[in-house]
Amino acid sequence: MTLALGAALVALFAITLYAVFGGADFGGGVWDLLATGPRKQAQRDAITHAIGPVWEANHVWVIFAIVVLFTCFPPAFSDIATGLNAPLSFALVGIVMRGAAFVFRNHTDEAPHFAHFWTLIFGVASLLAPFWLGDAIGGLATGDYAWTSPFAFSVGVFAIVVCAQMAAVFLAKEIYDDEELRRDFRRRAVRATFAVWVAGAISGLIASQSEPRLFAALLTPTAFIAIGVAMALGLGVAYALHAHRNGLARTLVGLEALAILVGWFGAQAPALVPGHYTLANAASSDAMLEAFLIASAIGAFFLIPSLIFLFTVFKGPNVKPISSSQ
Amino acid sequence: MGTSLAFHIVFAALGVDLPLLVFAAEGMWLRTKDRAYYDLARSWAKGMAILFAIGAVSGTILSFELGLLWPRLMGYAGGIIGLPFSLEGFAFFIEAIFIGLYLFGWDRLSPRVHWLTALPIVISGPISAMFITMANAWMQMPTGFTMVGGKVTDVHPLAAMFAKPWATEVTHGTLAAFVFTAFGTAAVCAFAWLRGDRRAQVAAGLRIAMIMGAIALPAQVVIGDVAARFIAANEPAKFAAMEALYHTQHGAPITLGGIPVGGDRVAWGIEIPKMLSFLANSNFNSEIVGLDRVPRADRPPVLGTHLSFDAMVGSASALLFITLGWLWFTLRKRELPRLMNVAIALSAPLVLVALEAGWFVTEFGRQPWIARGLLRTSDGVTIAPGVNIAFYGFSVVYVVLAAACWWLMRRVDRVPAASGTHGRVAGVAR
Repeated sequence: MTLALGAALVALFAITLYAVFGGADFGGGVWDLLATGPRKQAQRDAITHAIGPVWEANHVWVIFAIVVLFTCFPPAFSDIATGLNAPLSFALVGIVMRGAAFVFRNHTDEAPHFAHFWTLIFGVASLLAPFWLGDAIGGLATGDYAWTSPFAFSVGVFAIVVCAQMAAVFLAKEIYDDEELRRDFRRRAVRATFAVWVAGAISGLIASQSEPRLFAALLTPTAFIAIGVAMALGLGVAYALHAHRNGLARTLVGLEALAILVGWFGAQAPALVPGHYTLANAASSDAMLEAFLIASAIGAFFLIPSLIFLFTVFKGPNVKPISSSQ
Repeated sequence: MGTSLAFHIVFAALGVDLPLLVFAAEGMWLRTKDRAYYDLARSWAKGMAILFAIGAVSGTILSFELGLLWPRLMGYAGGIIGLPFSLEGFAFFIEAIFIGLYLFGWDRLSPRVHWLTALPIVISGPISAMFITMANAWMQMPTGFTMVGGKVTDVHPLAAMFAKPWATEVTHGTLAAFVFTAFGTAAVCAFAWLRGDRRAQVAAGLRIAMIMGAIALPAQVVIGDVAARFIAANEPAKFAAMEALYHTQHGAPITLGGIPVGGDRVAWGIEIPKMLSFLANSNFNSEIVGLDRVPRADRPPVLGTHLSFDAMVGSASALLFITLGWLWFTLRKRELPRLMNVAIALSAPLVLVALEAGWFVTEFGRQPWIARGLLRTSDGVTIAPGVNIAFYGFSVVYVVLAAACWWLMRRVDRVPAASGTHGRVAGVAR
């Protein structure tokens, strides 16, 4: 059991980082779609520059989370992949189309129609991917893969809004040299922060009406505290943005995402698939879990310094302003 | 899933080994300060950016599809063969991180550091291909566990990871990626030359790529022979299907081409007496097991396996001739004639056939099993409704991606190389 718990923690780690970094990538796509006003093109350029170097690495987290699931909890993986086949397939199409569209549009400097087309695809797919991933999580939480339930759909919407919030907060922090552009994203970040509150409240309301079992789980201590913390952190984000402390806002929004995920995990622990599998009865053999954890330790030895290097080069405090290289 | 893999393998092969070409080109630039190498590295890097992204997203499709299409296989197999997948996860992570650093670091890192950021990609690419091929080797000859009453017990992850065919399959598969990238890239350069592009970077690119091909291809032929002997000794059903040999016999002939008919003979094939026995066992009279020893329900599809095998060997042989021709001119320090460039340009379709056909041989040859002796393909597939819709949906996605990618790649070569990623003007004068 302890081995299974270790593997589960590795999975949670991967899912959390995917939610924060992958989520911010999706959110970047959402703002790309919603780019408006006189600085429309500048907004899109800022998004491109922000996610260009890191989106592929951010994306590996989801592949990694899947691998952990099928290596360490194969029957649960098999069950989830069958029960949530449709929303996961839709999310997959979204993930694939946005990745491809992003590169396509960035490599077509002199073909405006081609670039416009793929920019649109990039934006739309960036909405679909988090929506269907959120929907799948909502469906999983209901305990009977009810991915067409109003609750699951509301979690999908919630996921989009959270992604948009994180992206806007990150962008507000990363733009150094254009005061107006930075203000655009700060304003968007504030709006998105309130939207997260509203969307979260709607999901909670729907759960209280149609998913009594899940709603009861949300009121257990771990989940309840985590949700409370997430709401407080949301307030903190709004305050930090208002006070022009964009770095603080970035930290708080990351913690907020973490708190939301802890709320989800707390609500359904120790079940892996509520009503179907727990950590214990879905776990692989000890030999496999042991091999996996050793492999993870070896992998982390190479991975963590590489990731730090990547983010220091492109996101660190001494990075020169983006626009100077344009 | 087959469609996904057939698509992914092309981009994966390029993603695995294009970095080596880019690394070589930028290294030559740092050493010689010859601008042609710099332009070459920039323009290849641009192609690499697109191809790697498509390789990454098609790889994402595959990791999802393992569950979406083969939940029942993964329900068994995940707990046995997950180790190489996990390790691959890390190797791919390293690739993705350094690809970001390399592609976007031209004006953020010193030239030497920038060049060195390609090194982890060069190393982890083949390593991740190795891990994935190890998982495939396990599907050919599953091991490292005991089946008790339909339950998997006594799992040995390392034993499963090093399933018997791993060494030959990994070497053959990795070299295939090198061969494919080398000839694919050389063909693009030759094609550019034929269209009248006489820039120095085109000639330099052709030279670097052909050097890689001239090293990898002969090695691949030798390993191919080793792999075929391994299959003859360990996977007789697959070998018999590859060679379309229906009757067990001493001094078996080799059949080139032909169409299997009636389930017991081959029409229109060319037979070379006793050759198969010699190739498999270095003995003209040795016994080769035919399909008659394999129960009908367990026979692989002969037509697909046999013709794929012949297509692979045939196109590899043609490539070998092209390489010899290129060597002849290059070692004599003569300029390549037009015909030679045409031949090199034609090596693109040849090498594509060799890559795909080679993979078809492994997969057709394993049927009707998805993991030999453990699970039949029909039992591993998902029971979720709408699989056909998903299949057509993803096929459409692939066609769109391939078309857009093709269209873009054709332009890559024409844009001035120095414009680099994102249309930024490169800091050449660093």
